[in-house]
Amino acid sequence: MSDAHPPTHNRTGARITAVTSGKGGVGKTFVAANLAAALARAGQRVLVLDADLGLANLDVLLNLSARITLHDVFTGRATLDDALQPAPGGFSVLLAGSGLVEYSRMTPEVRDKLLDVIARVRPRFDQVLLDTGAGISDVVLFTVSLADEVLIVATPEPTSLTDAYATIKVLAATQTARPMRLLVNQAQRKGEGRAVHAQLQAVVDRFVNAERAMPLKLALVGEVPLDAAVRQSVQQRQLLMESLPGSPAAVAVAAAAGKLLPP
Amino acid sequence: MEPVPAHPAKTANSAAQALRLDTALALLRQAGQPEPAAVAGSPAYLQALIDQLVDLSSRDALTGLFNRRNFELALAREVDRVARSGESALLLMVDIDHFKRVNDTHGHAAGDLVIRAVGQALTDSVRPMDLVARIGGEEYAVLLPNCPAAFGPQVAKRVRQRVAGSTVRLPEGTALAVTVSVGGAFAPQWVRSTPGIWLQRADLQLYRAKAEGRDRVCLEHSAAPEVSRQERDMLLGGQKIQDPE
Repeated sequence: MSDAHPPTHNRTGARITAVTSGKGGVGKTFVAANLAAALARAGQRVLVLDADLGLANLDVLLNLSARITLHDVFTGRATLDDALQPAPGGFSVLLAGSGLVEYSRMTPEVRDKLLDVIARVRPRFDQVLLDTGAGISDVVLFTVSLADEVLIVATPEPTSLTDAYATIKVLAATQTARPMRLLVNQAQRKGEGRAVHAQLQAVVDRFVNAERAMPLKLALVGEVPLDAAVRQSVQQRQLLMESLPGSPAAVAVAAAAGKLLPP
Repeated sequence: MEPVPAHPAKTANSAAQALRLDTALALLRQAGQPEPAAVAGSPAYLQALIDQLVDLSSRDALTGLFNRRNFELALAREVDRVARSGESALLLMVDIDHFKRVNDTHGHAAGDLVIRAVGQALTDSVRPMDLVARIGGEEYAVLLPNCPAAFGPQVAKRVRQRVAGSTVRLPEGTALAVTVSVGGAFAPQWVRSTPGIWLQRADLQLYRAKAEGRDRVCLEHSAAPEVSRQERDMLLGGQKIQDPE
């Protein structure tokens, strides 16, 4: 069967992971940036691409200035090399800049330009994390479809769980099957990640897998505990992995990153 | 090594004979297609013959509609196109209601007439650019490129009504009323997807239309499925304590 995008199997270069959540404010960007730092520490060449084209905030989290952005690459005002910035955690970022309203809806132009950027960064890194926007808009779903695998970030809160499930459901209903993983953020007690994962998988089995030839299985990459250190690092605009690497949340992120490393 | 022909003038003819075209020509004759006009065995002749055979192998013998093979090809192409352009495309799955009864009561010849008539009604109810295919016994698919979401319900309703509004007259005079169930889904726009995923969603809606009593249309309104009450309850089952209720 034919495919509109270049095949992602037999690829050379980076593994592309879309970090997405459905609901906003669950720590998606925090997770992406700190996972990237942990992967970089493990020797991987990592890029975080801020794919939240309308409402980017990776620059805010990392205390970087979004002088040269994806938008400049899209319009030819800057080269890709100019736009790739080193981030504090030893990885690279490609920032989106904020308020690019023209990219908040999919057009053939946005599609082609993103595909082009992905094709050009892929050979240069081992891991590319796509920090997608919240929700399940055209742009978010398209961005997720570019990835080789999907990492869903959810908190144990009902709204986050529901939106995470809605995301899983729409991906299952519309996109090519790929490995799908779950990271539970802001766990209030030990083992809550496992419980949330079991709950989500049970609902997926009952309502999504019943209609599928190939059952969809979520893999749990870990739980990150609710930790005052996270809030502190975010407010100081520092990477947790850098500022408080011994904090429980940082240790948990590092453990999760271990599961994203190639075997 | 091919033997070198002694008489160049006869090359084309002997090549045609060497190709053993008898069955191909017989099939085309049977389908009512004339033998190509070009010199037998010439490249033009062979191209015309291939074109005719391609057309023959893309069509369903009974209805003249596209067959499943051609439909699958078109569906894959459309998934690809929609991913590139973001255009809206609709797939309708159509199934004749209680078709077995027609066969059992009136015989297979009557069944064939019904299958043909429904195929004609489907073709008459859509645009020339739409593709109508017979993909199984009494099952059809209609692929509608560039069909905005707002038009979907109208189109599907027209298809259903067109069939329901026509009667099939059998040779002995009986007039048969035929209805169809219609299920439809729009293509996933922009994203990397497969024809199978789209087909499955449209099929699911057809299944719904059958289950809800037949002679009706069920459309999936958007590619983003809603989370039902049941799903939410099961998902949040462990957290009931936090609910204000």
